[in-house]
Amino acid sequence: MKTTQQLALLLVLLASAMLTGCWERPPVDMVQHGYRGTGMAQVYNPRTLAKHQDLNKMPVALPAAPADGPKAKDIYKNVQVLGDLSVAQFTRHMASITQWVAPQQGCVYCHNPANFADDGKYTKVVARRMIQMTQNINGNWKQHVAETGVTCYTCHRGYPLPQDQNGQAAYWFSDGGPKHTAGMLGWKNGQNEPAYSVAMASLPKDPFTPFLLGAENIRVQGTTALPTGNTQTTKAAEWTYGLMNHMSSSLGVNCSYCHNTRAFAQWPQSSPQRVTAWYGIRMVRSLNNEYLASLKETFPDHRLGPTGDAPKAFCVTCHKGAYKPLYGQSMLKDFPELATPTTDGKPIAPKIAEEKVAAAAP
Amino acid sequence: MAEYQNIFTQVQVAAPTYPGVPLERDRDTRERIGTPIHIKLAGLIGNAQIGPIYLGFLGVAALACFVVAFTIVGFNMLVSVNYDPIQFIRQLFWLALEPPNPKYGLRLAPLSEGGWWNIAGLFLTTSILLWWLRMYRRAKALGMGTHVPWAFAAAIWLYLVLGLIRPVLLGSWSEAPPFGIFPHLDWTAAFSIRYGNLFYNPFHMLSIAFLYGSALLFAMHGATILAVSRYGGEREIEQIVDRGTASERAALFWRWTMGFNATMESVHRWAWWFAVLTCVTGGIGILLTGTVVDNWYLWAVKHGVAPAYPNVWDPASVIDPASIVDPAIANGAAGN
Repeated sequence: MKTTQQLALLLVLLASAMLTGCWERPPVDMVQHGYRGTGMAQVYNPRTLAKHQDLNKMPVALPAAPADGPKAKDIYKNVQVLGDLSVAQFTRHMASITQWVAPQQGCVYCHNPANFADDGKYTKVVARRMIQMTQNINGNWKQHVAETGVTCYTCHRGYPLPQDQNGQAAYWFSDGGPKHTAGMLGWKNGQNEPAYSVAMASLPKDPFTPFLLGAENIRVQGTTALPTGNTQTTKAAEWTYGLMNHMSSSLGVNCSYCHNTRAFAQWPQSSPQRVTAWYGIRMVRSLNNEYLASLKETFPDHRLGPTGDAPKAFCVTCHKGAYKPLYGQSMLKDFPELATPTTDGKPIAPKIAEEKVAAAAP
Repeated sequence: MAEYQNIFTQVQVAAPTYPGVPLERDRDTRERIGTPIHIKLAGLIGNAQIGPIYLGFLGVAALACFVVAFTIVGFNMLVSVNYDPIQFIRQLFWLALEPPNPKYGLRLAPLSEGGWWNIAGLFLTTSILLWWLRMYRRAKALGMGTHVPWAFAAAIWLYLVLGLIRPVLLGSWSEAPPFGIFPHLDWTAAFSIRYGNLFYNPFHMLSIAFLYGSALLFAMHGATILAVSRYGGEREIEQIVDRGTASERAALFWRWTMGFNATMESVHRWAWWFAVLTCVTGGIGILLTGTVVDNWYLWAVKHGVAPAYPNVWDPASVIDPASIVDPAIANGAAGN
């Protein structure tokens, strides 16, 4: 072989080696998800799905406990939620929470072993609020969670700090901006770096603050062919696109799971999943405002984000790469106490973390 | 005898340095700088002789402006990774100099919020326009036609529509693309999404047709000439007026396979127009987007371009929730 041909062959080999590092290797499975010819298909990598199998196994529920006997609130002190359960049911629930949230750490992750009624640990106060949140989701957000519902395990999967399918944090903080001192140069506008949150795109990396905490308009397309006052900008579309990238990677689905991508905005061409997702966005927005952001005072500083905000939820918090968390298996049916709000819905005042009280003390 | 029988240039002519034709104006000859060198590697893909180079005033000015623009973009990228050379290389494809946010409209934003984008854009545009002038002047000086500068002008038209004309018409620099590799690609996708799918833009369609057509013509022409080079087919210009057997065979090949053939001259006009129209039609398509048409999909529906498909799901199950639920939820007001 002549030198030039060898050189060419080497170049081709090098190029293919570089390219194979860039994407997932075939074969992948394609599943049609819309009318033929519209390209509405889901692409699944069977190797990735195999990796996710264990993550989506439902844990075996503890045997149901009898409902008779004295109520938990009458026997134990300081029971503010789930107090109407029988002592046996209450104990089963506590054991389940341990199994779901802190299997390594055990009861003491939340409880003071000397006095289980003590609210001294912030984790206990947070857990109480999370039980209320779970009840609220199951009782008031059926448009998103249906009768399947959620439990602590949906988010926690055995980790006190929820992780996603790749072992990354399954919660988010507002973008604190660049770590270095902002100067005259190097403005990024919150984008243009390989951001995990938006599937490694260069899109804005924190679309969550405007859309999942604030209520900025996600819709960017006009509803008429010709301009009639739609003031959304191309930059706004980048933020929406960032949020949608997060949703797509969180659910392990393509854009076409919800949209006919020839006309993203058109509802009649979308799948029913888009309606579910629409409620999901509102649900997460509501949970972030009502439950999670307000825990800022309860969390110790090392659990807060760069702007001092509390960890908040987004799609991957529950979904973890699956189109439905746990592939749609319902754990809620074994834990009816989480199905509806049992308190009057009022938040039980979150207790301020002790270290903050100590720091504030003269 | 050596032949052009490979997809790579096999034949390298080793010739004495050629200084170029003498031009009418003395200056044009004098301003060629550098002693020519011969590089074998360059000879593999083109001419082995490098130089002499003609820069002149326009070339120097264009290069200087380009260096300023390049440096502004590069330093903004470098500072955005806090001067970390490793991160600069790792993240290079993601980094960008972003145009300012919409709130600044057509005003100059602070440098710390995208003002650099305008300055870099000004220098880059100046550089490109000077370079165009230089191409035009060189073509004239050599007594050539001005086909190359006008083809370049087509690309400049598209560039100006994207970065200058359309943003000015819409009253906001924020509508322009960023300077960056992935960021400008993400911008392109976002642009198409915002304006209801650019694929329904008829000028985008034309641009794609001309782009793919250019590639096809390029491949057909390149292959044809290489294939008849054993008969001297690469001497295309002579064969425009004096067809030889190479030209006859090439023509016959296409008449047999396609029923029609271009001539040694017309194939170059085909290629030139396809390449130029790619940018001209593309520029028109971008110019109309947001200014005249806001949603290309709906435009295509209105004009019978976009087909309708049967419903797969019960239409009643896919109704915009914002149109039927409590506005408090629809607006996303906190609360359930």
